[in-house]
Amino acid sequence: MLELKHVSYVVPAENDSTETKEILHDVSLTIDERFVAITGPNGGGKSTLARVIAGIAQPTSGEIWLDGQNITNLGITERARLGISFAFQQPVRFKGITVNDLINLAAGKKLSVAEACEYLSEVGLCARDYINREVNASLSGGELKRIEIATVLARGTKLSVFDEPEAGIDLWSFGNLINVFENMHERQGGSILIISHQERILNIADKIIVIADGNITAVGNKDEVLPELLRSSAACPTLLQKLS
Amino acid sequence: MSLNDIQRQLLREIADLETVPKGAYNIRANGESAGRSTTANIDIVTKTDKPGIDIIVKPGTKNESIHIPVIISQHGLKEMVYNDFIIGEDADVTIIAGCGIHNCGDQDSSHDGIHSFFVGKNARIRYVEKHYGDGDGIGGKIMNPTTVIELAEGAVMEMESTQIKGIDSTSRKTEAKLADGASLTVREKIMTHGEQLAETDFAIDMDGEDCACHLISRSVAKDKSRQIFRSNVKGNNRCTGHSECDAIIMDDALVSAIPEITASHVDASLIHEAAIGKIAGEQLMKLMTLGLTEKEAEEQIVNGFLK
Repeated sequence: MLELKHVSYVVPAENDSTETKEILHDVSLTIDERFVAITGPNGGGKSTLARVIAGIAQPTSGEIWLDGQNITNLGITERARLGISFAFQQPVRFKGITVNDLINLAAGKKLSVAEACEYLSEVGLCARDYINREVNASLSGGELKRIEIATVLARGTKLSVFDEPEAGIDLWSFGNLINVFENMHERQGGSILIISHQERILNIADKIIVIADGNITAVGNKDEVLPELLRSSAACPTLLQKLS
Repeated sequence: MSLNDIQRQLLREIADLETVPKGAYNIRANGESAGRSTTANIDIVTKTDKPGIDIIVKPGTKNESIHIPVIISQHGLKEMVYNDFIIGEDADVTIIAGCGIHNCGDQDSSHDGIHSFFVGKNARIRYVEKHYGDGDGIGGKIMNPTTVIELAEGAVMEMESTQIKGIDSTSRKTEAKLADGASLTVREKIMTHGEQLAETDFAIDMDGEDCACHLISRSVAKDKSRQIFRSNVKGNNRCTGHSECDAIIMDDALVSAIPEITASHVDASLIHEAAIGKIAGEQLMKLMTLGLTEKEAEEQIVNGFLK
């Protein structure tokens, strides 16, 4: 179980400025369910929250606990080794490192080509075409996104965090993406935390957390949260007019 | 052939050789020939006017290899060697060169070599060169290789040069002239550390119609080392030229890239790309989220980059 206790994250408003901007304000939440979705308007603090969980950003105040252990002061590597995986919203490119290298590093052991290919097939990539390619600019955004998800699958940890996994995956039906998450849970258990705007992902969530302006504005299942979300002031007024 | 353990180790590093290679070879150890073998199609002849050898490949020779490693384990040895490669028309061969220096003394050891390639019409060669130094003496390990290439019509040459470890000072010069339809590809990999200096200098004349050249240089500069990359690719006819140098800079290193492209023909198409930068923070972070430490992540990125 992951627990955030009164987590705040404050940055300078501008470079060298003494004024500050609060990206996350007193966020407390627990993640123990199979699927938890975090949603909310752009710039609301969702990605920052994911980065705070992975250890990429250090909270200004508050604590983070994983299965009864205070991990607030642990770095990225230590948290990864305790069982937190993180799929970046914008996957990183590497010159010279192949897809196979990356999946082996993620698995933490030498995999056979067949084993590595399985993870790629799962995310809808024809494995033979990709396994020896470099994770560089020759891959499209959508391909990188799927490889990023495959690295998290290969890790098989108890908590997997995905930052907008659907972004950039145009031709791949969301049904497949949802199957990936469901298979993943079946195989490894634990919790899957997904930052998403997609209703179909919110639909499979056991719990939805809404974050706006750095605050948690709603927590609940989809029946409790979704109607309110669509009516909230954050939704586009023109769109709402059309809907009514 | 009698080599001691240090010499055997050097041979492993530069040529992946455990024993005597197959095919033609000439092994030079501490300034003297330590073994030679020729084949029906490949002759190796000692020069009479200056140190060095002529390697003569008969026209039409296919799928043969030539190993010409140089190893120096005697400190204070300085040598200048001239090797000429005369590759007959339509031949297709692989040449593995390389130089290893083990210096545990206090005097500089150096190997300067001028390799000249005369590649006949429609011949293809792959030339692999690896430089390596070790030994804990304070004497410098110095290598200054010069490669002069003449590609006849339709000739194809691929050159791979690697200097990953232990060479204190190197100045590498590569000159090439390309005739009609000739093609030259050079892949260079350099890693410097400590206070090492590596200079590399390319001068390519694309004289023939429809000839092509690709220069790809990747380097990593660590500690207080310095690297200078210079290239001048001249398009004197209808041709395509592409050069790129991509460097990772770390610690207190200095990297300088001075590319030049010159076209003197309206149908010459020339491109140069140059980039110098540190390892991106995002790259380190991604690998750390996979459970690697920062140091392990750095090693993976550097090894991948130079692979």
